[in-house]
Amino acid sequence: MALKKPYADVPGTTIFDADMARRGYHLNQFCMSLMKAENRERFKANERAYLDEWPMTEEQKQGVLTRDYNRMIAAGGNIYYLAKLFATDGQSFEQAASSMTGMSREEYRAMMLAGGRSPDWKPTKKG
Amino acid sequence: MARITAGVTTSHVPAIGAAIDLGKTREDYWRPVFDGYEFSKKWIRKQKPDVIFLVYNDHATALDLRLVPTFAIGCAAEFPPADEGWGPRPVPMVKGCPDLAWHVAQSVIQDDFDLTIVNEMFVDHGLTVPLSLMFGEPREWPCLVIPFAVNVVVYPPPSGQRCYKLGKAIRRAVDSFDGDLNVQIWGTGGMSHQLQGPRAGLINQPWDKRFLDRLRDEPDELAKVPHLEYVRDAGSEGIELVMWLIMRGALNADAKEVHRFYHVPASNTAVGHVIYENTV
Repeated sequence: MALKKPYADVPGTTIFDADMARRGYHLNQFCMSLMKAENRERFKANERAYLDEWPMTEEQKQGVLTRDYNRMIAAGGNIYYLAKLFATDGQSFEQAASSMTGMSREEYRAMMLAGGRSPDWKPTKKG
Repeated sequence: MARITAGVTTSHVPAIGAAIDLGKTREDYWRPVFDGYEFSKKWIRKQKPDVIFLVYNDHATALDLRLVPTFAIGCAAEFPPADEGWGPRPVPMVKGCPDLAWHVAQSVIQDDFDLTIVNEMFVDHGLTVPLSLMFGEPREWPCLVIPFAVNVVVYPPPSGQRCYKLGKAIRRAVDSFDGDLNVQIWGTGGMSHQLQGPRAGLINQPWDKRFLDRLRDEPDELAKVPHLEYVRDAGSEGIELVMWLIMRGALNADAKEVHRFYHVPASNTAVGHVIYENTV
């Protein structure tokens, strides 16, 4: 019997469940490696070569190289693991989060100062 | 005997730690956050706890996908602050309390809660930011700390009900410890926030405020809230709030709320902070 996913219809949200944790294992463990300063240096010196040391999919590697956090999450990345990547770039959680919303950093910050995103928010259909 | 005298809940936003470490606490953006802890700093100087049983979650720092314990108790004598990608926070070494930690581990496991025992562990912002908020920037932390890590990263996290009952088991364990210790239990994380995807930035102030009321007045009912409601109403990372129920379970039903603070935003997050005292 398939596992139930009662959270699947929450918009704009990916729950890091068994399927995602399995899919993203090496992507997330690559991120963990960036907690060591020497690995951060090696990664920054040649990102592609460093990524090629990991048994990640090309899609995951492209997600990292383009710093597309939604793409990385769709490929099994979890935000607390991906945090090691944006920390390596000197970015904050606020900057990384804003990059996933399609808003500029300034727009996102203004939204947070105004009380944040409504829980009733629905994604707009792109035409 | 040892006794749990008080409970503290607080958010543990990493940017709060960065604001402290970079000397930004008096800037306009951060001042309201830190003002909410002025009472707390004075309060805890008077309380002088010997040990803090600190419930938090590791954010893929010491515990990565190789090992995902639902509940892990730190039994070591020391826990160094972790390098989370930008170097370790400049905070003191966290000193553990192996005697009480092992006692709680044995008692709680024999009470049917299967804890993972951890003897070497780095601690991340989830643990050190609450210490900084409550104690400021001392050269040494003024008390011992038992880190208690809860998995809220990989689905499924433990239910609110499980956490609340675990808190009660921790209370029984502390009560049965031979040793005159003033113990506080802290529950950290939350409140509403979502850090991922197009819905990032979610905040739900009415839901958070109701959570604070229910935590004080009807924790038995609050513990029944399912995972889905947290995700839908408090954001995917709002699920951290189940850790507050561990704290609440360890306190008396009529514990007195002596301080409450709520502020939006700190980075992506609604900050909530409450202090309860156990009535004697």
